[in-house]
Amino acid sequence: MEHFLTEEQQMIVDIARQITDERIIPQRAELDKKHEFPRAILEDMAQADMFAIPIPEAYGGFGGGCLDIVLALEELGRGCIGVGTAFAASSLGIYPILISGSDEMKENYLPDIASGSKFAAFGLTEANAGSDASGIQTTAVLDGEEWVLNGTKQWITNGGEAQVYTIVAMTDKHKGARGASMFVVEEGDSGFSCGPKEIKMGIRASSTTELIFKDCRIPKDRLIGRRGTGFITVMKTLDSSRPGIAALAVGLAQGALDMAAVYAKQREQFGRPIIGFQAVQHMLADMATELEAARALTYAAARHIDAHPKDMSKVSSMCKVFATDTAMKVTTDAVQVMGGYGYMCEYPAEKMMRDAKILQIYEGTNQVQRNVIGQELNKEYNR
Amino acid sequence: MKIIVCIKQVPDTKDVRLDPETNTLAREGVESIMNPYDQHALEAGVSLKERCGGEVTVLSMGPPQAEAVLRQAISCGADEALLVSDRSFAGADTWATSYTLAKAVAHIGAYDLIICGKQAIDGDTAQVGPGLAMRLGIPYATCIQKIRTADAESIVFERMMDDGYDVLQSGYPLLITVVKDINEPRVPSLRGKMKAKKAEIKVLNAEDIAADPSCIGLPGSPTQVVKVFPPEPRGTRAILTGDLDEQVEQLVEKLRPYLV
Repeated sequence: MEHFLTEEQQMIVDIARQITDERIIPQRAELDKKHEFPRAILEDMAQADMFAIPIPEAYGGFGGGCLDIVLALEELGRGCIGVGTAFAASSLGIYPILISGSDEMKENYLPDIASGSKFAAFGLTEANAGSDASGIQTTAVLDGEEWVLNGTKQWITNGGEAQVYTIVAMTDKHKGARGASMFVVEEGDSGFSCGPKEIKMGIRASSTTELIFKDCRIPKDRLIGRRGTGFITVMKTLDSSRPGIAALAVGLAQGALDMAAVYAKQREQFGRPIIGFQAVQHMLADMATELEAARALTYAAARHIDAHPKDMSKVSSMCKVFATDTAMKVTTDAVQVMGGYGYMCEYPAEKMMRDAKILQIYEGTNQVQRNVIGQELNKEYNR
Repeated sequence: MKIIVCIKQVPDTKDVRLDPETNTLAREGVESIMNPYDQHALEAGVSLKERCGGEVTVLSMGPPQAEAVLRQAISCGADEALLVSDRSFAGADTWATSYTLAKAVAHIGAYDLIICGKQAIDGDTAQVGPGLAMRLGIPYATCIQKIRTADAESIVFERMMDDGYDVLQSGYPLLITVVKDINEPRVPSLRGKMKAKKAEIKVLNAEDIAADPSCIGLPGSPTQVVKVFPPEPRGTRAILTGDLDEQVEQLVEKLRPYLV
């Protein structure tokens, strides 16, 4: 379908497509098998200026918007959402600084992120705080000119691989959500360490670890924005980043559909290609239709966000829910169309199905997204 | 360091057909790409520039649409692009092409290093690189698989041989042709693509480079394509079966008639 991309947006698509076809697809099975972080591929992406896309021009970036990053992530997702997640998590990690950081802080961190010489990570989730972000137990206490952080973050993407971490910690516990603040922690800060890599069902090319803070001391000016605004920054960050997850889902579903359709044309049973059977045709038709709908909603949500509306939570959650549920369904059906071949680890379909599951869980489960949509509707109809 | 990289636009070999009338390549409807070996030559030039400083000029001889590969080269890090294009260049063989390129290089002026791909995937002659060096009267080395060190004075590189490689050192000016092992060509960057979109591609004709009309195009080409044909299929083949001893016995029997 024609989505009226600008010439610059088409350039982003072309570059991401070339990286996906030439670098990611040939390596994805090996990266998945070895749980290997795709450092060389990320370096190629850095060289191609892809990390610069969401960073403002003043800080060495491209000054791109939500749709620009969505287009890049969609292409990467077609190849491997493990690699796509590693890339996306660096953007996610830097959003709090982009949204709430001081000019000095931006000057300090953004150019290195734009050039890809440093990666970022976002640290919110804990053992008892994920969907319920207000259950955060990590604390930050001001001691003279330093903040002292204590606590443990769990399942942090790019843990151990990133150099810059944006961390949510409680500065005033009794204030609840209004007592949360965000901080920048750097690799090598005293008292900060990362746990071992988690073994995951899918997106194995991405790194997931604990972040451990034991009397971690950081300079006072590493506070992002004002004290007590951490929760607002988190919400704004996630509102901006969710269409990126939807984009990974759209790309993944496209990759699965492509594979299933090509297979269905080649595979012969009862003397003809199985794409000639209505049972298979209807599955492919539903996959393609839902995929186009997911893509259209994701692009529309991204364009909405690029218009800088006051309220973007609802559409942001809508595209995340719809595209990721679609990806789960399309990848499952791709395995079904491919039958035994789909189930074998020798072929990429099973990896796509394993990978798809995380999309419904991370950056806010799809159940929480529906809560957000429901709450927004409740507000809307009060007016 | 001033580096010139010669590139050629070629039909993608995934989709090559011959015109049965003229025995030449049918280019209609065939996608054109930058000759794959030249992509490695470009990468070698750009990475040398990044290491040693200087600039990379890409040079191509071809029809006006060859501008596309020059823009692609700029998106991958080349600084300047020059297309020599003239109807009178049509039908050039490697002799006339190397003459034309030499005239274009003379027009560019001073240079240290010229890098070419080992060969183009359409003609497959591997003659234009050495031919250009000969025309310019400079030393050359072919099939370079690695550049070990390079500075403003000299360059040390590995030349691929059948049984290993030679390590060579040279001063400048010099021409090298490269094989695919030398590097992995980069993906164009976003900034590179933006630059390429706006870049001015200089186009020079035969007169601009002061080419002698008798040395260019068909008149300047001693090679004439008499006939292009698909090779005859090879002779009959046989697959030997049975255990190893039986197969050896069968093989010996088959070879026996040819024993002197």
